[in-house]
Amino acid sequence: MAQAHEEKKLKLYSNWGSSCSFRIRIALNLKGLEYQYIPVNLLKGEQFTPEFQKLNPIGYVPVLVDDEIIVSDSLAIFMYLEEKYPQHPLLPSDLQKKAINFQAANIVCSSIQPLQNLAVLKYIEEKVSPDEKIPWVKFHIEKGFEALEKLLKGHAGRYATGDEVFMADLFLAPQIYVGIKRFDVDMAKFPLLSRLNEAYSELPQFQNAMPENQPDAPSA
Amino acid sequence: MAAKDGREVSSKLVLYSFWQSSCAWRVRFALNLKGLSYEYKAVDLTKGEQFTPEFEKLNPLHFVPVLVDGDIVVSDSFAILMYLEEKYPQRALLPADPQRKALNLQAASIVSSSIQPLHMMSILKYLEEKIGPQERFLFGQTNIEKGFFALEKLLKDLAGKYATGDEVSMADVFIAPQIAISAERFKIDMSTFPILSRIYDSQKALREFIAASPEKQPDAVN
Repeated sequence: MAQAHEEKKLKLYSNWGSSCSFRIRIALNLKGLEYQYIPVNLLKGEQFTPEFQKLNPIGYVPVLVDDEIIVSDSLAIFMYLEEKYPQHPLLPSDLQKKAINFQAANIVCSSIQPLQNLAVLKYIEEKVSPDEKIPWVKFHIEKGFEALEKLLKGHAGRYATGDEVFMADLFLAPQIYVGIKRFDVDMAKFPLLSRLNEAYSELPQFQNAMPENQPDAPSA
Repeated sequence: MAAKDGREVSSKLVLYSFWQSSCAWRVRFALNLKGLSYEYKAVDLTKGEQFTPEFEKLNPLHFVPVLVDGDIVVSDSFAILMYLEEKYPQRALLPADPQRKALNLQAASIVSSSIQPLHMMSILKYLEEKIGPQERFLFGQTNIEKGFFALEKLLKDLAGKYATGDEVSMADVFIAPQIAISAERFKIDMSTFPILSRIYDSQKALREFIAASPEKQPDAVN
């Protein structure tokens, strides 16, 4: 668990609501890695401060700092953690299953998440119409969810690609969360993802990583 | 030889590809770099061949590229590249150094998550219908430039002859096809991106890149 006042080797620059940060918080929890949570207030533009720009000139969260190593981008951070801290492996050793995990993660990273980020939504709202924003997002989330249902059909067990939690689950859980909480996606159309979501809700490592449980979450 | 499900499988690598797909280009480039020969199976996306029952069995998501290696079927260029990197470690595309490795993955991610998805045909078509062709062009251009600025920053202290040093790496595999396709199509002023321009000069001179380019593919149409 994150403890702001203690010196921890690992530092995670994170934003409570960022689904990319959520993925990494789950990974750190599963691997039993303690870390210092350093909030970056995106609404206040803290990603553009000189200090943060030194860490990540592109201004995205999450950023992981491990002594002299600085890693940005949730995919890169995930792969770094998996290699450096091999406990509780988050990729199966079977090459076919491993590939399915990468594919599922990439469906989220490339086909869904980029189309629901603030910049794109703002653009749709301004250039197309405010009424078009939600249908746009829902269309892309649902398309991605349909793809995931198909992809995981022959592979899912208790979790996305079997009976253990792997990379696919880390990328799915935050996306499902955003779909439900922020965009009111009808999960009845996605029975497998619904079942997985239920399974995630029973894992403390997922629950502790949830946006509302972060130090920088706005108080209710 | 027969696969577990009874399919006749070649002992050779098979790549399902479409000549113009930048995702397929990445994989063709990597296969060439690793010196891996493969059978090219064209999937004509303009004729809807990605929706045939045969292809559906391979990839129910109907995307190219798909790599078949004996029993193993891998879809999605990132998943394919990671598979190749592990199964065929010759001419490693990811450096061993953790910091450099991470930067390569970040560069790949910028291309595959921040740039390419925002100028996919389906997105551009939607924008053209809703707002018009001019706006569609600007949207594509703006997002590519945004991504290219990000790459310039990322590679600032790292680039040499290629993206992350003097050897070709994963970052080049993603960046080169992206520059090739988008600079032309969206009239990007590459002089705004000195590092990308410089590394692209090196990348496009590679015979492995040239051999992987769309016009050199069996299904290329003039």
